[in-house]
Amino acid sequence: MKSEKKQAEMIREISGVNPYKCMKCGKCSASCPSFNEMDIKPHQFVSYVLHEDIESLVKSESLWKCLSCFACVERCPRDVKPGKLIDAARQLVVRQRGETYLSPDEVPELLDPELPQQLLVSAFRRYRR
Amino acid sequence: MQRIGVFVCHCGSNIAATVDVKKVVEMARLEPGVVHAEDYQYMCSEVGQAKIAAAIHEKHLTGVVVCSCSPRMHEATFRKAAEKAGLNPYMVEIANIREHCSWIHKNIEEATEKAVILARAAIAKVNLNAPLKAGESRVTKRALVIGGGIAGIQTALDIADAGYEVDIVEKTPSIGGRMSQLDKTFPTLDCSACILTPKMVEASAHEKINIYTYSEVEKVTGFVGDFTVDIRKKARSVDMTKCTGCGVCQEKCPSKKAPSEFNRGLNNRSAIYTPFAQAIPNVPVIDREHCIKFKTGKCGLCEKVCQAGAIDYTQKDEIITEKYGAIVVATGFDTIKLDKYDEYAYSQSKDVITSLELERIMNAAGPTKGHLERLSDGKPPKNMVFIQCVGSRCSDNRGKSYCSKICCMYTAKHAMLIRDKYPDVNVTVFYIDVRTPGKNFDEFYRRAVEDYGVNYIKGQVGKVAPQPNGQLLVQGVDLIDNKQILMEADMVVLATAIEPDPSVRKIATMLTASIDTNNFLTEAHAKLRPVESPTAGVFLSGVCQGPKDIPETVAQAGAAAVKAIGLLAKDKLMTNPCTAKSDELLCNGCSQCANVCPYGAISYETKLINDHGIREERRVAVVNNALCQGCGACTVTCPSGAMDLQGFSNRQILAEVDAICR
Amino acid sequence: MSITANEEFRPKIVAFCCNWCSYAGADLAGSSRLTYPADVKIIRVPCSCRVNPMFILRAFEKGADGVIMCGCHPGDCHYSTGNYYARRRMALLFSMLDYIGVEHGRTRVEWVSAAEGVKFSQTMNEFVAKITSLGKNVRLEDLRCRK
Repeated sequence: MKSEKKQAEMIREISGVNPYKCMKCGKCSASCPSFNEMDIKPHQFVSYVLHEDIESLVKSESLWKCLSCFACVERCPRDVKPGKLIDAARQLVVRQRGETYLSPDEVPELLDPELPQQLLVSAFRRYRR
Repeated sequence: MQRIGVFVCHCGSNIAATVDVKKVVEMARLEPGVVHAEDYQYMCSEVGQAKIAAAIHEKHLTGVVVCSCSPRMHEATFRKAAEKAGLNPYMVEIANIREHCSWIHKNIEEATEKAVILARAAIAKVNLNAPLKAGESRVTKRALVIGGGIAGIQTALDIADAGYEVDIVEKTPSIGGRMSQLDKTFPTLDCSACILTPKMVEASAHEKINIYTYSEVEKVTGFVGDFTVDIRKKARSVDMTKCTGCGVCQEKCPSKKAPSEFNRGLNNRSAIYTPFAQAIPNVPVIDREHCIKFKTGKCGLCEKVCQAGAIDYTQKDEIITEKYGAIVVATGFDTIKLDKYDEYAYSQSKDVITSLELERIMNAAGPTKGHLERLSDGKPPKNMVFIQCVGSRCSDNRGKSYCSKICCMYTAKHAMLIRDKYPDVNVTVFYIDVRTPGKNFDEFYRRAVEDYGVNYIKGQVGKVAPQPNGQLLVQGVDLIDNKQILMEADMVVLATAIEPDPSVRKIATMLTASIDTNNFLTEAHAKLRPVESPTAGVFLSGVCQGPKDIPETVAQAGAAAVKAIGLLAKDKLMTNPCTAKSDELLCNGCSQCANVCPYGAISYETKLINDHGIREERRVAVVNNALCQGCGACTVTCPSGAMDLQGFSNRQILAEVDAICR
Repeated sequence: MSITANEEFRPKIVAFCCNWCSYAGADLAGSSRLTYPADVKIIRVPCSCRVNPMFILRAFEKGADGVIMCGCHPGDCHYSTGNYYARRRMALLFSMLDYIGVEHGRTRVEWVSAAEGVKFSQTMNEFVAKITSLGKNVRLEDLRCRK
């Protein structure tokens, strides 16, 4: 496991987001359709990255509850885009899981309606690399 | 060859403690052109100045070098002393051996050596100095105020009270501006019209003030003290001298489908109209786009009903050319367009309104006669939601990066007024921060919370969704409780960001006044010259310079007036003689210099040039000394080396470089 | 006039300072008694845009070891746009200096406001240290000027 500082840097790098720009208005949380399902709320994501508490972030429910609808990305007045941070954290987890990726041929047979959207997105991202 | 005197100051021990002044004097004597050198305890004292004067007389000096403190300190002192003694003040140069030498170096030998070099550089420069004469330009004792809102009115009144003629140019049919659209004003809740109307009347009745309404500035030429301005008086189609303001034409006008600008498009007005009842002048305007007579040629009802015979369909735009000494920009603001904020459903629901629209709804002369009601069905609201910072403090490309400054206070005002008049209406305010710096401002906001029970929620609204039943579903967040909120509201009020009135761009270009990325006019110095534009003779009043509330606007308007009065009080202006000068023999008329000049001081003339016996007509650059501020941008741009800066010429600076590197 | 090995190298440094910001910053450094080496000699110009690249070349030609130009911060120019022109001109000049034979570090542009006395003295200290480490500038000097 890399140091949390390093991980926070990676999240910033993957997402291309500068969390320092956040003015804590909460519009992300106000926009989020999965707000009630989340343990760490979208606006809190920013401060977790700022405080480099990545451990809690990757263990959180929220990571997998985010629908990637990107309403927060669209509406954020400060270009902080918590959705992208969440996405980056997700990627971090997926990358850390090492070589357990799917091969592209395996994907179609695994598709089922219950599968969370974001897993698919991540899987395809991985494949593209 | 110059006859130069060098005067080395001890500045008590400030200089003498680290610089061997005797050595500096001795070394200066060896420099070419130096015929006199001495040192003295305090050169800036009367005695010191007398020494300079005496040497100028006795030794017939043509140039003076004072080795002393920074020229920013005493250059003016020594130049004045030299002028008194009959020497051209611009033949004096300062070698800064205090701030740049004695105060920063500890080693006497090093400091003395440096002082000698600095003196040498100044002597080398003076050797090439030429006497300069500050030019004079005339001041037209008349001011132009662009914009007839509270800022423009206040500035005009203050200038006129000092005894100078003022013209106000206002683009709408009446003066009054945004303030006339407001219902009440914070933090004392006075009725806006009650405090504004007397000022409007005073301005229109003032013998020194001349108001051009329904007019726009078309062209500005000239420079500080002597601007020439073309004003387009748009065709009013009503004779101002005949109209009695009875209002019958407006009543009878059959075309009543034009959206009322004054009521922010919430209701309609007739094609012939005065924007509001207290309009000044109380003379209507025919809106030719909506007038049936102008559209089809068949109507002319207003002409028939007008007893004064004031209606004149043949009127044409008129251009008036006037001269002014000073120009004050007071173009004010507008609210931003909300088409990029579709999540608030402003375009989808009539019950989502801006705060300025709420002002009109609350106003007795507004579209609802002052009754708080939903514009969709006319029902009184039970739940109202205010959303702060709509378009303000945004660093994305949708809104404005700045804080609009007035929204926190007017929202508190609205909330308070609604709770006061309609106690059963629930008022919720979603805020990011409540910013209330100002006298009695925070107390005002706290009253809204503590005495009037306004529900302030720290958080934002993500979405407003109009429901089939006419309600607005508001999805927001309470960051303190860390809970998402879903609530139904009857009306949603958006604290919409303000931006400089779009007309300011054109005006800034005409005035060569600089403008920032947000279209606010830039001040000459952020702290020390806040009401002056960097362009001489142009002053800033009100929101055109940055977001402001009414008290600040009035204060700034007064300050701008004082600056304008200070200018108009002068009969003549001394111009900075260190201006650019073009060598007509070298100039090839390429226009490069005019392109970089920030003041538009360079123009081109075709002149008959005698180039060593060859006489021919050439296009050459001519610098207007009254406009040139002497930055020198043109001198470096000039490809043929024709442009030079007097007082800082190429040869002078090169001589300094040579002297330092020797 | 020759440099002997045991003689301590003292660079000749010319600083161009604009009248409104950097010169005032230098004054503030002085009145705050913030020291920097005496090798720096300041020439006052109305604006950084008055600095002709020719002045800088002339300084090197006449034996200067380093040239630094200071102006108002971008956006703060007294003449609104002067320092932007200066910035472009210097970028262009500096890109060619290497070709002429002046090492990259011998020139520098720094924005110093009237309130930045500390920055002024820091900058000068750094610059002198840099020039000292680069040693004497010999390549552009016109030997005919020496006599």
